[in-house]
Amino acid sequence: MLLIYCPYCEEERSELEFRGAGDAHIARPANIADITDEEFEEYFFLRQNPKGLIFERWRHIHGCGRFFNAARDTVSDRFYTTYKAGEPKPDISAILQSEQDKGAAK
Amino acid sequence: MMGANRIPGVGRLTPARTARFTFDGRTLTALEGDTVASALLANGIHLVGRSFKYHRPRGILSAGAEEPNALIDVARDAARRQPNVRATVQEVFDGMKVESQNRWPSLAFDVGGFNDLLSPFFAAGFYYKTFMWPKAAWHAIYEPFIRRAAGLGVAPTEADPDHYASRYAHCDVLVIGGGVAGLSAALAAAKAGAKVIICDEQPEMGGALRYESGTTIDGKNGWDWAQETAGTLAEMDNVTVLTRTTGFGYYNHNFVGLVERVTDHLAALDKSLPRERLWQVRAKKVILANGQIERHMVFANNDRPGIMLASAGRTYLNHFGVAVGSKVGVYTAHDSAYEAAFDLKRAGVSVAAIVDCRENPGEAVLAEARKLGIEVLTGHSVIKAGGKLRVNSVSVARNGGGSARKIAVDALLVSAGWTPSVHLFSQSRGKVKFDAATQRFLPGTYLQDCLSIGACNGTDDLQATIDEALAAGELTARAAGAEGGTQVTLSGENRFGWTGGMIGAAEGAGPDTTVKAFIDFQHDVCAKDIRLAVREGMHSIEHIKRFTTNGMASDQGKLSNMHGLAIAAEALGKDIPQVGLTTFRQPYTPVTFGAIVNHSRGPLFDPARKTPMHAWEEAHGAEFEDVGNWKRAWFYPRSGEGMHEAVARECKTVRDVAGVFDASTLGKIEVVGPDAAQFLNLMYTNAWDNLKPGRCRYGIMLRDDGFVYDDGVVGRLAEDRFHVTTTTGGAPRVMNHMEDYLQTEFPHLKVWLTSTTEQWAVIAVQGPKAREIIAPLVEGIDLSNEAFPHMSVAEGKICGVPTRLFRMSFTGELGFEVNVPADYGQAVWEAIWARAELMGACAYGTETMHVLRAEKGYIIVGQDTDGTLTPDDAGLSWAVSKKKPDFVGIRGLKRPDLVKSGRKQLVGLLTKDPKVVLEEGAQIVADPNQPKPMTMLGHVTSSYWSENCGRSIALAMVAGGRERLGQTLYVPMTDRTIAVEVSDMVFFDKEGGRLHG
Ligand SMILES: [Zn+2]
Repeated sequence: MLLIYCPYCEEERSELEFRGAGDAHIARPANIADITDEEFEEYFFLRQNPKGLIFERWRHIHGCGRFFNAARDTVSDRFYTTYKAGEPKPDISAILQSEQDKGAAK
Repeated sequence: MMGANRIPGVGRLTPARTARFTFDGRTLTALEGDTVASALLANGIHLVGRSFKYHRPRGILSAGAEEPNALIDVARDAARRQPNVRATVQEVFDGMKVESQNRWPSLAFDVGGFNDLLSPFFAAGFYYKTFMWPKAAWHAIYEPFIRRAAGLGVAPTEADPDHYASRYAHCDVLVIGGGVAGLSAALAAAKAGAKVIICDEQPEMGGALRYESGTTIDGKNGWDWAQETAGTLAEMDNVTVLTRTTGFGYYNHNFVGLVERVTDHLAALDKSLPRERLWQVRAKKVILANGQIERHMVFANNDRPGIMLASAGRTYLNHFGVAVGSKVGVYTAHDSAYEAAFDLKRAGVSVAAIVDCRENPGEAVLAEARKLGIEVLTGHSVIKAGGKLRVNSVSVARNGGGSARKIAVDALLVSAGWTPSVHLFSQSRGKVKFDAATQRFLPGTYLQDCLSIGACNGTDDLQATIDEALAAGELTARAAGAEGGTQVTLSGENRFGWTGGMIGAAEGAGPDTTVKAFIDFQHDVCAKDIRLAVREGMHSIEHIKRFTTNGMASDQGKLSNMHGLAIAAEALGKDIPQVGLTTFRQPYTPVTFGAIVNHSRGPLFDPARKTPMHAWEEAHGAEFEDVGNWKRAWFYPRSGEGMHEAVARECKTVRDVAGVFDASTLGKIEVVGPDAAQFLNLMYTNAWDNLKPGRCRYGIMLRDDGFVYDDGVVGRLAEDRFHVTTTTGGAPRVMNHMEDYLQTEFPHLKVWLTSTTEQWAVIAVQGPKAREIIAPLVEGIDLSNEAFPHMSVAEGKICGVPTRLFRMSFTGELGFEVNVPADYGQAVWEAIWARAELMGACAYGTETMHVLRAEKGYIIVGQDTDGTLTPDDAGLSWAVSKKKPDFVGIRGLKRPDLVKSGRKQLVGLLTKDPKVVLEEGAQIVADPNQPKPMTMLGHVTSSYWSENCGRSIALAMVAGGRERLGQTLYVPMTDRTIAVEVSDMVFFDKEGGRLHG
């Protein structure tokens, strides 16, 4: 069972309180009525299902109720970070670098 | 008295404290603290079961959780009976009944033993190959036969009367395993100030110290040190010590499942205690101190009762005071087994010989054997065991051939060396690496925040283990944030250092042989089966495993995996790491369903949701149906009525007079805010800006792919306030769907969503007399057609309590839906009912509601739609705004497949014979005489007897349905074909005048 940090509650809580909500950073086109079939396919149907880093959405459904984003490794299930909906994609290499620096400082 | 093979003065049990139990009906005496295995051995019983496939006689192989053979049925009473219990783990309690398994008619004479003679036909892959053809025989012959012949144990027939507890726990350091390593690590972590949980599967801490008699720690006997240390830990406020507790599963983010067996060893049950307690532990750091498991030697007839692991022989002697035989042989590839011979010899038991397949055993053990006068045959192997129900001899030959010498024995202790227990490490998804020098898999790359120490980490030397454990304890405590405390130092010493070990088949069971040399006892897999699998083309260990079923029994191959792997590697001509290890899965040992299911049984399995009027409905004889978790009144049979009669009467009464219906389960969402109308414009296909306060509209919700997701009536209470209703089953997902779009796609909109499903009780009053029924009860709302027409909503009072009153109808009649705060639901219902009953109206249930709405062609999302219907398919294109620039689903609706002709559309069906009621789900074809498989045009989605129409009615999804109006189609059933005519969907009051009555 995962341990997930809700960026709104600012607490780590058990996976039981959350529900996954698919890939993050897939914006619904503002002009959706006018996009081509190919663009709609890309927006609605196609997903990468990566091995490794994924940006995904979670909802703290049995908590604050907010949707937020997470950067997770699909192999190790490690969460690099979680962040609020609407915030830009975090720079994962920067997160790893700062961890390394901290490790080295110790 | 306490068993003929119990040696006075040996072992740790108290002779005065006895317990009586039965084994296959025979009464035996045990000592308190005995396992079933030790008690049977004390009474000279080695034969305890029959094997799975060949029904070979089997004995006790181990003294621990790894036991593959000695599976028994343990009963306390008729309901408390459990099959497949490991005799080596189950403690004896006074009055317990033990039965052997998998034998008929008796353990010593078993008809299934015939399978052993037929074994050439039961080779690996036998099931896959033999039972392929003919297909029909699977059901009738093969499967029943296999099940009867194979079955391990018999499931109890009565419900489990015990209760089980569950506990969530958090700690800094979780230590799994209470041997030297685990205890030392726990002590170091605890003394450093960390919050520690330490668990061990045995009744007492100590691990290998149970049998290892030559260990001294801090100047004390190892076992004594372990008990003292466990006591010290138990007294510390920051430590939880759990015995009889197995760490069975290592899950994500240091979440570890432990199961504590609380009462299975007690003679008198304390009802306040749970049988087992499930611990769900979230640990900052996990220390794995799981030890190692001894391997058996692979040679012909190595499964004969009386042949057991050397460490087990030592456990029975040193802990339980039981000699496993009176003339014991040892067959080994590892120094450790010598110590079994030494212990036995010192206890006065005759040791026949030590047969060592190695040319050069460790010097120290050789010297000791010489000193004790034990014959050692180095470079020799046991090529065959003699005896059937118990080993009576071993045939020993010099490696490489030569004549065999037969040595009489009544027990044989074996050791091929030790396998580090990397199960939990592997469950944590760490990667093991193969250590070629010691021929074992050890923890390699860690994925989670844990550390392996001691034997499971490949650390053999005692002092090295202690130092590693103390360092790990302190390191994890500090890393988890513990400060202060004291540092621990310990010194330890063993009598002998150990060398040696082998994996794979021993002399006489090699590739050129066909002997029965077992590697997996529980699934009866022999060395030759692995070779056969390779010859048949299985080259991956995962395929070999499944073809032979090696390691797939309930012991998960704790003894067999390494042997199987080595034999496969040899047959494939590859190195072991190239063949690879199969992944270990949770649970480490079997876990009862009781512990997992825990409190979620009976009424707590799935909570029932009841409406505020439930008690009244029950009192008035309603039958209930489950809709999601809701209990809904289904129909109200009067005396002598079946369902059909009751529903016919209710349907008729509603249209002739009126009916009262509990609609409280409808999903309700309050949508509030300055942008509420704009938000609903995006969420529904309809336009909402032009809906005036006080009016309602039927709305359709799509997903972005254009398919119908939900529907419901939405009332506008004020410019900025809407009362949205959803389907009963759809309420949570519609709320989630709205929240998702509001929070992530349209966050600029000022809207607040609140689920109010359970806040409102809803009483639908429908029928020509509906107005007359409620009018005297309502205050502040003019109910006339002019002031309050169909699809109106108003706030006022009913029976003196606040109401949101809707004029709406799901029956096609003049109708109202009275919303009152849930707490007033039953009182208002009773007040309405008092008037309704006087006027000859009825209470009606969901079945009548379904029939009445179908008579009007009103669809139910989820019954008449299936997630692939567009509004147009459902005949609802009028509800899709053509003017709005955007709504969820606007683009999906234009997809080529969604606009092409010939799509399935909802239509009505009228059977040619009006008395025939179609079956919901039945398929529809154009030509019933076409060859099979027929081209199916669609299926029946709703079908009822309509008392009001005097005939059957049905709704159906039919390809190109609306173009087929008037056509005759067919519904083929198993016993007949039913002719139907395609019609529109409205069967009653086609003009709709009754709505406005
Ligand atoms: Zn939250």
